[in-house]
This record gives sequence, C-alpha cells and structure tokens, in this order.
Amino acid sequence: MNWWQRLWQRRHMEEELEKELRFHLDEHVNALIARGYAPELAQRNARLALGGQEQVKEECRDARGTRWLEDLLQDFRYALHTLRQRPGFAAVAVLTLALGSGATTVMFTVINGVLLKPLAYPEADRLVTLHGKTEKYGEQWGFSYPEFHDYQSTSRTLGSVAAWAYGGGTVTKPGEAEYLFGRQISSGLFSVLGVPLVTGRAFLPQEDQPGAAPVAVISYSLWRRRFGGSSQTIGQQLVFDGESYAIVGIAPAGFRLDGEADIFTPLGQSTDPRMQQRAAFFIHVLGRLQSNVTLAQAQTELSVIARRLAVQYPEHNKGRNMVAHPLSQELVGDVRPTLWLLLGAVSLVLLIACVNVASLLLARAVSRQQELAMRVALGASHGRLVRQCLTESSVLGISGGTLGVVLALVGVHPFVSLWPGSLPRAEDVQLDWRVLLFALGVSLLCSLLFGLAPALRAPARKLEHALRSGGRSLGSTRRLHSVFVVAEVALAVVLLVSAGILGRTLLRLLSLDPGLNTQNLLVAHVALSPAVLGNPTKARAAWEDLLDHARRFPGVQSVALADVVPMRVGEDAVGYWTTPIPPPPDQTPLALLSIVTPDFLDVMGISLHRGRFLNEHDRAGHEIVVVIDNNLAQHAFGASDPVGKALWLQGMASNPARIIGVVGHVRHWGLASDDQSRVRDQIYVSFYQLPDSLVPLLSSVMSITVRTNLPPLNVAEPLRRELRGPGADQTLYDVHTMEGLASASLDRQRFLLWLFGIFAGLAVLLAGSGIYGVLTYLTNQRVPEIGLRMALGANASHIIRLVLGQSMGMIIVGTAVGILGALAAGHLLQHLIEGMRPADLSTFAIMIPILLAAALFASFIPARRASLVDPMRALRQE
Amino acid sequence: MATPKSDLPQGTLDLLILKIIALGPVHGYAIAQRLEQVSRGVVQVPEGSLYPALHRLENRGLLAADWKETETGREAKFYRLTGKGRKQLETESASWQRLIEAIALILGMANGGER
Repeated sequence: MNWWQRLWQRRHMEEELEKELRFHLDEHVNALIARGYAPELAQRNARLALGGQEQVKEECRDARGTRWLEDLLQDFRYALHTLRQRPGFAAVAVLTLALGSGATTVMFTVINGVLLKPLAYPEADRLVTLHGKTEKYGEQWGFSYPEFHDYQSTSRTLGSVAAWAYGGGTVTKPGEAEYLFGRQISSGLFSVLGVPLVTGRAFLPQEDQPGAAPVAVISYSLWRRRFGGSSQTIGQQLVFDGESYAIVGIAPAGFRLDGEADIFTPLGQSTDPRMQQRAAFFIHVLGRLQSNVTLAQAQTELSVIARRLAVQYPEHNKGRNMVAHPLSQELVGDVRPTLWLLLGAVSLVLLIACVNVASLLLARAVSRQQELAMRVALGASHGRLVRQCLTESSVLGISGGTLGVVLALVGVHPFVSLWPGSLPRAEDVQLDWRVLLFALGVSLLCSLLFGLAPALRAPARKLEHALRSGGRSLGSTRRLHSVFVVAEVALAVVLLVSAGILGRTLLRLLSLDPGLNTQNLLVAHVALSPAVLGNPTKARAAWEDLLDHARRFPGVQSVALADVVPMRVGEDAVGYWTTPIPPPPDQTPLALLSIVTPDFLDVMGISLHRGRFLNEHDRAGHEIVVVIDNNLAQHAFGASDPVGKALWLQGMASNPARIIGVVGHVRHWGLASDDQSRVRDQIYVSFYQLPDSLVPLLSSVMSITVRTNLPPLNVAEPLRRELRGPGADQTLYDVHTMEGLASASLDRQRFLLWLFGIFAGLAVLLAGSGIYGVLTYLTNQRVPEIGLRMALGANASHIIRLVLGQSMGMIIVGTAVGILGALAAGHLLQHLIEGMRPADLSTFAIMIPILLAAALFASFIPARRASLVDPMRALRQE
Repeated sequence: MATPKSDLPQGTLDLLILKIIALGPVHGYAIAQRLEQVSRGVVQVPEGSLYPALHRLENRGLLAADWKETETGREAKFYRLTGKGRKQLETESASWQRLIEAIALILGMANGGER
C-alpha cells in the first residue's frame, strides 16, 4: 500500500484499529476475570494497562506515515470553516488576489505565447535568421541575392538556407482584380522550415531559376477565397501581375513569414534588376543549424565567410559582417521589453494585493490570538499552528489564483486585440499547462508571502500573556502594520509616477511638429495595371492618367506620388557624400531617399526653408537635382548654404546631383521614434528624373498622397473606384489617413499609458483600502487609550489629529521609498520606450498628491470613527 | 511484584517484537503477554506503546498482518514477519549481541580493576 491508498482507505483503517484495540481489551478483561477479578475491576485494570485509548490510536495513526496529509485535510476543512464564518473578509481577500493574479496571469499568458513557447515548426530552436551588419548602422540589412548564393554554397554549419523577398502584385484572373501581398521565396523555404503543404508541392530547384515556367504556391485563405477550397485547384492558372502562373501547392492555414502573404512565387525567376546587384540588400535569409552545431559556431563560420567576401568584393562587402539570430527572436521583434515591462508592472499590483491581504490576515490573527493560544494549551505544537495558518492563507491564495485564471481566460483575448498594431504570434497566445503552473506557483508564493507574517505570530511561548490579554494589542503588530502601509504606499507611488511619466511623454510627443500637415491627407499604395507595369513609357502614362483623374475628383485639392510615405512602414536608405571621393562603404552617411512628384511639398504641407522644391521642369535627361531636409543640410554643410552644392548619391556615383532647396525635416519614423532613428537625413528626388530602367521597379511601390477638402475617409472609397483604370485592374490598397498614421506611431506609448494608468488606479485603490483596514484595526486596538484621552479632556479634533498623525507618518515614509523606486522605474522606461524622458519634478508634483489625497481620505474614516468613541464605554471595556 | 522493573533501552522494543513474531503469526495481545512472560516481568512494556510500534513496523514493511480467527472464535489481527523483517531481525540481533559482549567486557574490566 502506498500513502495515497492508505489515505483512501482511512475509514477502513480506522475501523481495523478500533477492532484491534477492542480485541486486546476484551482478551485482557477475560484473562483478568478468569484470574478472579470482578468484571468492573477487570475492565478498569485492562484500560489502565493499555493507557489512554485515544492517545494510542493517535500514535498508531502517526505510525502510518500519512499523518501530514490527514492534518492537511483537517487544516483545509478548518480553514474553509473559519473563512465561511467571515464571508466578507474572505470575499475581499479573494477578489483582491483574483485581480492581482488575473492581471499577472494575462501578462504571463501573452509572454508564454509570444516569447517562451517554441515556434510551431519542427525543431524550431535550430532555425535562425541571418542579417548583414555594419559597424556604423548595425543590423538593419538583408542580403543581396548573389550573397545569398555565396552563403548557401559555402556554409557548413547551416544544413540548409532559404531566402525570401517581398513580391506583391495584382491578381486579375480568376475573379476580380485584387492586390495580393506576396513573397518571392527560394525553392527550399518550406523544407527548411519543415512546413508541409496542404496539397501539392513546393518549388523544385529547377523552377527557382531565371526563365523557368511560372509556378506559384498560394495561401490557404486565398485558396478558400478565390477557389472555394476546391481540390481541383492544383494545376489551375492564376494571372498574377500579367503573367500566368500554374498553382502547384497550397500553404497550410495560418502560415506566415514576416506578415501576411497570399501568394508565393519562385525568387530565382524574379526579373528584378536588383537580383544581380551585390549592393542591393533586399533578401531575407533564414537557415537551419546542423544538428550538432551551436549558434556560436555558426556565427563564427558566418564571420569567416563575410571576411572572405569582403576581400573578394571590397566595393560592397567591406566592413560588412553577417549575424545569426534565433528565428523566434526575429518574429517577436521589439515587443520583448514591453512585455517584460508590463509583467513587472502587474507584479507590483499583485504585490500590493498581497500586502493588502497580509495586513487583513494579520489583523485577524491578532484578534484570534486567544483562540490560537487555547489550541496551544490543548496540545497543538507551534509548527502545527504555523502550518494551519499557512493552509488558511493557501486556501485564500489558491481561490484567488483560480478566479484569476478565470479572469485571464476571459481577458487575454480582448487584451491581445487591444495590442497596438498586431502582436506577433498572437495566435500562439493561449492558456496552457505552463500558464496554469505559473498561476499555481504565483498563488502559492503569494500565500506564503501574505500568510507568513500572521503564521509566525502564532503563539508559542508567552501563552499566559496571550490568554490574559484577551486578544488586545501587542506592540510589535503595530510595527509590522506600518511596514505594510509603507510598502503599499511605496508601490503605488512607483506605478503612479510611471503612469505620470508616460502621460507627460505622450503629451510631449503629441505636441511635436511632425514636419507636415497631417489633416485632410489620404495616402494609399497603388498597384498599376500589370499590363503597363513592365513598360516605362506606358507606366509613366498610367501615372499621369491616374494623377489627372485624381486631381479632378470632387473633394480633392491636390495629389502627388511618393515611393515612401512618412510614418508608414517602409524606407529606402541611400548613402551620400559631398566630395568627389566617396568615403569607405561602412562610413558612408545614409539618408532617406524619397522619390516624389513635384506637388509632394504642397500635398504634405512640408515647409520650404531655402531655394525651391522640385518642379515639372526637372525631367529625365536634365541635370539631376535634389532637395534635402535641414537635418542633412546641417550634418553635411553646417552653417554654409547648401543650395547649388553637389551631392553624390550611392548608385549614381559618376555624376553628382545638384542641391536646389532645403525643406523642413519630416518625422518619417513616427512621432516618437524619429529622434532615435539611425537614419535621420532626408533627400527628395523627382519621379520624373528617373531613368527608364528604374521606372518599372519604382512603379510597383509608388503610393498616391491626396490632400482633400472633405474628411479624407469620405473620399477614399469613391476615389478608389474612380482610379480603377481603363482595364479595371488598377487597385488602391493600404489606404490610410495621415492623421491615423501619426496617431498609430504613438500607439505603443498610448497603450502603455492606458495600462499603467489602470495599474496605478488599481494600486491607489488597493493601497487606500489597505490603509483603511490597517488604521481601522489599529484604532480599534487603541479604543481604551482614546477613551482615556477623551476622559482627560481631549476633544474630537485632537483624536482625529492623533490618528491622522499616525497614518501620515507611515504614508510619508512610504512616499519617500516610492520616490526612489519611481526614479529607478523612470530610468527603466526611458531605456525601453522611445521618446521617453526621465521623470521630472512636475510629474512627481502632480502624481504624488493624488496618492496623498487617497491615503488621507482612507485614514480619515477610521480617524473620525475614533473621535466618536464614547469615553465611558471605552474605559469600561478595559 | 517486588522485582524492580527497568525501562527498555531505546530501539530494543522493535527487536523484541520482531523476535517474538518470528516464532509464528501472533496477535497483539499475545505479544504483550509473551513479552511480559519471557522477560519474567523485568522488562516493562507499556501496552500503549506496543500498538504504535506494531503499526510502524508494518508500515516499514517488516511485518505483514492478516485477520484470522483465534481458538476462541474471535477475529484478531495476526502479525507475521516478512522477508525484510527476518533480515532486519538477524542484523539487529547480531549487532545487539556484539553490543552486549562489548558492554560485558567493559564491565568485566572495571570489576577486575576493583579486585
């Protein structure tokens, strides 16, 4: 029999024990009677010989080895019983804990899904992504296509390598014209990831070559949407960007690389001129480590290959290293610090909740002193009482934790949907065993945290004292209670000031000049008809036609084209220099290159500082002219006037461009992030000056920007229909208002402000109720003293002052500790979130009075109650 | 009874119980009786500590127990030695024997010194 069987058969074993002892007694009695004793005397002697029957049984039970569990069950029942006797106390404690642990569990569920769970690929820990890295600009580079081949053929540490690039386009058949997000992928991509297709096959190596027959893999959702999920889809033709592709496979549902994609085409078939250029770093690369290779070994080998390439192609590869990161890290991106930050913040809330419950329990433990002392007198050991107190707090903790898990179950999906932008791996955010284990662990830890103080106060020695004092105050609880209040106040101050810092940051960022007029401005990507896209002349004509139509559309004030749009994802950085001799490649300063039509300045409302902006006379074949922003002007020319000076741009090194004007800096990287952006200079080049060779590529990425007289969203849909083009296959997609983009660039800060605001609110509420509870308890203990004071002539205001003075002391110490914590939290926030400034005095000056007001209010109620004490009754109570 | 009773040294009760049970399956009351008889009343075993000891030994797997009828027709819990119990008894009595010899030697030496 193992212990749980014994436990299970407890009743049976009790019966056997009873039976065994009765047999013993009966035999003994019989023997004594046989020796001539009177039956009553025989009974008595036999009992005396055996000793106290209950004690014998108790010792037998101890010998059984399941004692601890039986005690646990008993303690558990006892705990339930005592909690049921004070339902108000139990409800407050459980709800407080449920709030704290619910919030913590939600955060952990998200962290678990996004950061901790392995990716849904087989042996996902061996998948890595590769990036180019330069000394000056860090790891923001992809590979060039020739480089990808170099690594693919030379690397031994990576078992297989695959590549992808963006490859959206317009699908025209079957069905209506629609712009699809797509990826051009190398033939090995699916097999490197270990993802099986739903049906069909991935690309063959011979299909991943220039001039091979066009084939495509489509997404599961496109398959359902356009083909109704038909089993006949494989082998069907899909007209994509004017070319007919044979569908060979269907990707599994939910498959995504870096964002949604509906169509996958072979990268090797791409006719993009950048495919041959060693300077075009637009390829994303991932690989799978060989089974016996560590990331560090792979990294070493990559660096060796990078050095070899730098010798071979100094022009493009000098100073360029390659780095490998786990794929999971890449997919998760920059949410990691935010998630940990939020977990830290909710932990503070949970901690306050624990302190709150601890002070409640302590107050109760003191009032139960007599009961506990009685139990000691009746033979309970000190350890036993401690255990019982801890069982009681665990019952509270686990009830709170369970309710918290229920809250998390309900709350986690709304939380994820409120995440600014889209949370990476959102589909992996689910409650699983790790979350349950975490919740259990947190509950037990909390139980220990808030149960320990009352438990250790269980009486051991000074029994008579406890029994005699009738459960009234013992000096040391006051000190412990003060510690609780101080801790609560300090934690609440940290959260309040953090929320304050975030609020002020948001206000500051909102007041920043974005460098353009965000009102009444609409931006959208345009996919030209596939029929014209490849032909520079036709494409140019199509753009003119589009601008013409748009300009004449009611509600439209002015329109322009741009390849990159401020505050929207996407940038095109180009190296520049100001003397005929280029600096070394890794030292070249970078600028954001915007290719725009001349109306861009008016449409965007960008300010012109010097010279002129581009105009319609700047055409192909004329001297190349550029407009720079004041950042570049300052970085490259200092105080001297840049207008008329020459500027060399990477890629057209032979003839420099002439600077014709300087415009104001536009916060291209968002209101918050722009200051931290690695590239901060901006250059504008006219779309009309592009050589024919670049027109098809640029045409596939251009956006239209529209200044409207009406609310821009009212114009969006009619304009989209108006601009469908002669073949009804020209599409507008990714439609945004500039106000929306500007606001979205602060989503992260706004979201964090909301959360910290909520946490701070909760913290103040909890701290307030904690202070109230502690003071009520402490003043109750002081009733006789107060009665005495009043009998000696103190009036109500004296008493109020007395109680408030006591609480003010604790609150001030708590605030002081909290300010130190808040300073540390401020540094952390500044480090983790763009656009943050360290906490300034005014933030403290605004936020701390909120807490002081709440704390004073919470202390005032018990103080007032104390002042109403009837001195006669209070004294009689003594 | 005039003979002075001595308390059992620590840990010897288990050994005595094992030894008695080794003679054949026996119930608790009989064990108590036999302990008293065999030691001729010198060794005082409080009956109250007999049963916890039995249960502890059973729990450690040194004893096994069955419910059987006695000659008087009542059901009683009969204890018997397990293989593990028998081995334990051998090692325990061997080490006990050694201890007694050692003590006897030391006491004998002290006596010799007196002479």
